Amino acid sequence: MQHGKYRFIAGFLIVPLTIYALFVIWPFVQSIFYSFTDWTGLSPEFSLVGFDNYTRMFGDGTFWKALQHSVTFVLLLPVVTLGLALFFAFMINVGGRRRKGAAIAGVRGSSFYKIVYFFPQVLSIAIVALLFRFAYNPNSGALNSALGILGLDGLQSNWLGDPKLALWCVMAVIVWSTTGFFVVLFSAGMASIPKDYYEAALLDGAGRFTTFFRITLPLLWDTVQSGWIYMGILALGAESFAIVHIMTVGPGGPADSTTVLPLLVYQKAFVGGQAAYATTIGVALLIVTLAFAALVSRVGRRERLEF
Amino acid sequence: MKTTDPDLLRKSDGPGGPGLPAQRPAPATPPPSSEGQSKTGGTLNVFSHGVLVIWAFLVAMPLLWAVMTSFKDDKSIFDSPWSLPDRLHFENWSRAWTQAHMSEYFLTTVIVVACSLVGTLLLGSMAAYVLARFDFPGNRFLYFLFIGGLSFPVILALVPLFFVMNNLGLLNTTHGLILVYIAYSLPFTVFFLTAFFRTLPTSVAEAALIDGASHSRTFFQVMLPMAKPGLISVGIFNFLGQWNQYLLPTVLNTDPDRKVLSQGLVQLAVSQGYKGDWSGLFAGLVMAMLPVLGAYIVFQRQVVAGLTAGALK
Repeated sequence: MQHGKYRFIAGFLIVPLTIYALFVIWPFVQSIFYSFTDWTGLSPEFSLVGFDNYTRMFGDGTFWKALQHSVTFVLLLPVVTLGLALFFAFMINVGGRRRKGAAIAGVRGSSFYKIVYFFPQVLSIAIVALLFRFAYNPNSGALNSALGILGLDGLQSNWLGDPKLALWCVMAVIVWSTTGFFVVLFSAGMASIPKDYYEAALLDGAGRFTTFFRITLPLLWDTVQSGWIYMGILALGAESFAIVHIMTVGPGGPADSTTVLPLLVYQKAFVGGQAAYATTIGVALLIVTLAFAALVSRVGRRERLEF
Repeated sequence: MKTTDPDLLRKSDGPGGPGLPAQRPAPATPPPSSEGQSKTGGTLNVFSHGVLVIWAFLVAMPLLWAVMTSFKDDKSIFDSPWSLPDRLHFENWSRAWTQAHMSEYFLTTVIVVACSLVGTLLLGSMAAYVLARFDFPGNRFLYFLFIGGLSFPVILALVPLFFVMNNLGLLNTTHGLILVYIAYSLPFTVFFLTAFFRTLPTSVAEAALIDGASHSRTFFQVMLPMAKPGLISVGIFNFLGQWNQYLLPTVLNTDPDRKVLSQGLVQLAVSQGYKGDWSGLFAGLVMAMLPVLGAYIVFQRQVVAGLTAGALK
């Protein structure tokens, strides 16, 4: 029986574990090793060069720009997105005209809002990026044209072509595409908070904003915190790569004003033929990601509230 | 400011009493003293509707604009982006479907996602079941090995992975892409299904074992059917993730004849930009957008449950 059990365990684990180890774990381990070599990626030969790649990285102006943009992303995007989402979710669940017998009420049409807000979440990030590339087009794009129709010609800009604006345009698209998911997520969380809590608080004279900060937010904190980490990883990883890679000129331009760490890794490895240096930048990205996750776990630690 | 049932209020302070600043009366029988407070409630309601409508508008407008643009001719796309199409130019759609290879991109994507999804669910549930239900040395280690993949930046692994795939002869092949999709979907799938299998009762599986069923037969005939709700949630999650995947195919699937949808569209944007066929490009974009949006509207409840389940756990 015991023997049969271990054979079963091994039999069930062998295929998933092999695939996972071969395509995920092994490349990760390799890439950290390669960051200490002079591997070009074009030929299999390489030799160990110690910390040369890291020294080069610290003297590379483009790297510092990419790092600065990625850090901006990871600090700003989760706060803006989750802040907007909490605001909208609270409005949806609590902003309604009071109906008889209920302490709080959702707005009329709350399910309609949730359906519409969720749209961008089901679309490919590539489609979203393409769509906004056209919307931002200075000559025939939806944005400048709409501003013209509204008589706000003064606000028309060369959105993605202006180094001062391009990064903000990129961030706006990420906020646009992710907020809806968190609205729905937080709404589900808010709906499960017992109504009695609100009733009690209101009887004690609490206002809408007090109830939000004293009841809703603390009871929702676990969800907010995991959403925060999730959003940060997204802002550092594949999502920011896809948006910048598809939307911006260069990509990463104009004048490196939108380049981010994952894009730089991609460009060095697959365009520039500097695979070892690319993995070095990748290691920097890994460190930023882990530092962010650790920071949020530490800052966000609260006593878990059961209800 | 919101308030409770009027009866409760009378018991405490009376309507509009000092303990309840700016409370809103019941619409049916407004207490005479609270006209100003009624306005406050109304203002707040108008305000919340206002901001919610604005965001709904901001979300919907770009999508509607794309749909509208896909029916226009190139000249009016360029000259007046917000004007309605003079007539519905369906030829944009047929041009995108045939000449711009949208049909091929769709076919490739369907094949890759169908195979990856089945593989992910099968292998993910096998690994998760063993990790959730059996004690053996190294169980915890393997679990955290799988979970660890959730927080690492994928791009870091892609540089060596490109060469691993190349050495194995898997680069630019459909089965190679499927294997990679499965591998990168496993961390979340194992994480989610392990938690799910732990919540299932043990008694049914024990009964099956006592009746002489083998471990694998118990898994396939008893546990897997019981895990159906979890498999649907994680299946929807993986379907959307794999259907919309951009990073992995961009790096590992560079063969122009075998592009997946998201890649193909970007390719199209580059090439149509030179040809000036903007209308065809918008038709392709909308074509890629509509099936997913349509499926979402039909299966709205399940999709939302599937996508938010992981974060709420």
